[in-house]
Amino acid sequence: MEPAEIFSRLEKQFSGKVSDFKGDVPEPYFLAESEAIVEICRFLRDDADLKFEVLSDQTAVDWPKEEKIQLVYHLYSYTCRHQTVFKVNLPRDNPKIGTVEDIWKVANWFEREIFDLFGVIFEGHSDLRRILLPEDWEGFPLRKDYIEQEEYDGISTQRAPLVEKLLR
Amino acid sequence: MQAYLDQLMRDGAFAGMPKEVVYTLGMLLAAFIVLSVFVAPLAGVTSWLERRVWARMQSRVGPNRVGPQGILQWLADGIKNLLKEDIIPAAADSKLFSLAPYIVFMGFLCSFVVIPFGGQLIVADLNIGILYLLAVTSLVVVGILMAGWASNNKWSLLGGMRSAAQIVSYEIPAGLSVLMIVFLAGTLTMQGIIQGQGWAPWDWYLFHNPFTFAGFFLYFTAALAEGNRTPFDIPEAESELVAGYVTEYSGMRFLFFFFAEWGNLYVIGAVATTLFLGGWQVPPLGIFENSPLLLALAQFTTFFLKAYLWVFVAMWIRATLPRVRVDQLMSMCWKYMVPLSFICLLGTVAFMFVPADLQRIVSAAMFGLGVAITVIFFLRVSFQIRQAKPELYFKPHI
Amino acid sequence: MNDIVQEQDTGFYTEDMTISVGPQHPSTHGVLRFVVKTDGEVIGEAIPDVGYLHRSIEKIGEKVTWHGYVPYTDRADYLAAMFANQVFCMAAEKLSGTPVTRRGEFCRVIACELNRLASHLISVGTFGQDIGAMTPFVHALRERETINNLMEEICGARLTYNYIRIGGVGYDILPETCARIAAFLDHFEPIVEEFNRLLSENKIFIERLAGVSVISKEDALQYNLVGPNLRGSGLKWDIRRDIPYSVYPELEFEIPVGTGHIGTVGDSFDRYWVRIRELQESCKIIRQCLKMLPAGPAISKVPRKFKPPAGECYVRVEAPRGDMGFYVISDGSEYPYRVRIRTGSYTAMSIIDKLSKGIMLADLIVLIGSLDVDAPEIDR
Repeated sequence: MEPAEIFSRLEKQFSGKVSDFKGDVPEPYFLAESEAIVEICRFLRDDADLKFEVLSDQTAVDWPKEEKIQLVYHLYSYTCRHQTVFKVNLPRDNPKIGTVEDIWKVANWFEREIFDLFGVIFEGHSDLRRILLPEDWEGFPLRKDYIEQEEYDGISTQRAPLVEKLLR
Repeated sequence: MQAYLDQLMRDGAFAGMPKEVVYTLGMLLAAFIVLSVFVAPLAGVTSWLERRVWARMQSRVGPNRVGPQGILQWLADGIKNLLKEDIIPAAADSKLFSLAPYIVFMGFLCSFVVIPFGGQLIVADLNIGILYLLAVTSLVVVGILMAGWASNNKWSLLGGMRSAAQIVSYEIPAGLSVLMIVFLAGTLTMQGIIQGQGWAPWDWYLFHNPFTFAGFFLYFTAALAEGNRTPFDIPEAESELVAGYVTEYSGMRFLFFFFAEWGNLYVIGAVATTLFLGGWQVPPLGIFENSPLLLALAQFTTFFLKAYLWVFVAMWIRATLPRVRVDQLMSMCWKYMVPLSFICLLGTVAFMFVPADLQRIVSAAMFGLGVAITVIFFLRVSFQIRQAKPELYFKPHI
Repeated sequence: MNDIVQEQDTGFYTEDMTISVGPQHPSTHGVLRFVVKTDGEVIGEAIPDVGYLHRSIEKIGEKVTWHGYVPYTDRADYLAAMFANQVFCMAAEKLSGTPVTRRGEFCRVIACELNRLASHLISVGTFGQDIGAMTPFVHALRERETINNLMEEICGARLTYNYIRIGGVGYDILPETCARIAAFLDHFEPIVEEFNRLLSENKIFIERLAGVSVISKEDALQYNLVGPNLRGSGLKWDIRRDIPYSVYPELEFEIPVGTGHIGTVGDSFDRYWVRIRELQESCKIIRQCLKMLPAGPAISKVPRKFKPPAGECYVRVEAPRGDMGFYVISDGSEYPYRVRIRTGSYTAMSIIDKLSKGIMLADLIVLIGSLDVDAPEIDR
């Protein structure tokens, strides 16, 4: 199915919750509302014509100028051989969204990574804790305004003090 | 050994000393000579040979720098390990930790007093010979358990437990196979068992009847399992348990465990030779009548070569086969090898009631089978070598 | 009688053990850690703890130029560096509409398939080593040495290639190198047979692998397994065939799928067997490319200050560990705005927790090896 068709099916089912289909770019995408994300994903997976069995990728992009963190979902269907991309805009100061872990189990790890690097809270997640960084790390590194902490575990994170220690 | 001392005393060498003291001193001296001149270099050279054999099988070279062809590599390793820092983990039980390698070592060294290197070349021909050997080689279980526990490390504990289970289980098929031969020979002494066989291959116990033939392979497999060798090297499974029960050991203590393992290979080979392959028996040629020294040398060489062949086979198996899982190991022992050992034992005993002519026919048939297997084996190996020969080392720039 | 048995059951005190497999361990592929709760030998649960090799490659993408980021992609998975290079360059080309020269495409495929050979050799070799067979490992590495030499001839590096650039490849493949690659393939194909005789047909190896950690097709889809892991579970899906890119539509090769001919479909042996068969298929692909290699420039002209127009794209390639996808957003400047690397090993780790309940400790090692997880891919 073409991306435009997929979007019109979704619009029929969830009118108002999906919007802003951009079809003229190399990767067409549309926007979805964050409150309806779980229903939309379940529909996308279970519908007989869409059948998106696989969540290929779930990631986030930080747009500080527009005060939003944008979650991007890439779905793929092996049986129907089509893909869809949709995005969800979350407010930057309080990014919260429901988890799609029950729909695709792989979302468990994807969402943990997004929580770790961006600070997005996934409601209903079974085990939301940091995955790539140590448990006591402060800050969310992939945000554009991230400043690294001064010290971790007593070791300085800046180059100058470490070089001084060496030279001493 | 005892006969030799008796003769010396008759010749008046130890005037005035009581018999027991002479015997004791003689045994200690002989044991010391055997252990320091034979066992220590043997275990060392076995370690070098093992590394060389593996390397050649893996298209590498192996250690070849220290001494001619690298044969002194073990000396270099030994000296290096002696000079290392002695580390005992702080939370480990230091007395047991230090004691464990010595117990393992003791278990393996004590077995050398009954190994018959030649007709007169045995430190002590105990009248419970083979039973003593089985008993003393079981001492390593205690040492390994101590090592596993005292290291205060969960990996070591797992390794120690696995090893204890493995060794204790595989004692049974090994013991039953040995028992089979004891029935045939009618004696427990090592020299007695060898003298029950002849120098020719068809007189060996290996080809005596089909049950001993199967018993030999049972014994060899069980002995490999007892010696913690691949495919049963689960206790020191390097890729699963880091290093199993020797994880926390470093320096000379670490080497002691491996020293015991390499030396144990020789003990396995020696016992297999004694029980199944006719020991040190040599053909009764004329030159041996005149010179007891030449006879002793020939016997020693025969025994050594036969025993070392099995050492080489054990190294070969280790380089080739992967490792079995613990539960597969246990099920193989208890579900297959133990019943099979019992069947072989009963079969051997039943075979002893068969009339002598039939026995000879069966022995000849078994010998024919053995020859056939050897010939087929060499044909297969030469076939594989011919298949692999073209372009084994591909050097695009040379 | 029943009373005695019950008393024995309740009076015996056992304790679960929590051990840490890794991060220093001879057989967790790279720096990985599992916190394993075991009851003796049987695992209660194995929780992966990743992040020891996190080098923030995604954040670095926002700080360096488009051309300058290509060496960083090498390190995203250093065993399959060529693929990471390729997918980033494909993303940059898709955003900017840069064409790739035909000779460049063929050079890319040759280099990538050689890299696939090297990566799979390491994978099956270390897998054998984990099971205890040390000889096939060294044989596999011996072959990989020749591949490393060939890669050094092609691009100057043995591991982190930085060969595939935006618009083509960095250096041309010379005819002498092509002759050597062909000679190597003639030598290599019988070696795979020998490897099979030594390892794949070994009874002990089969006993360790067959029927262990079966992953059903539904689980594979739910957990988004890709590459040989997915094909081992019976689903015939390969990006080179199903979402074709580069010149793969013109090449003829088969997609090996796990059929359960030894054990069940989707067990560890199937995943391992798919990799062995892929070794043979890659040889076929390279031979076809060497024959079809056209003349022409190896790289098309790309401006030094590469500034693709604003936009985003998601590109995937079939890397040895599965489908590696790059989601790249450009805002029109000479630095990318966001680079997201989605790798096969990351999602494969998530299934280990589920599959590890009730298996033995030795089987955990087999599971990790058969999934071919790779620390740099997980942590990036």
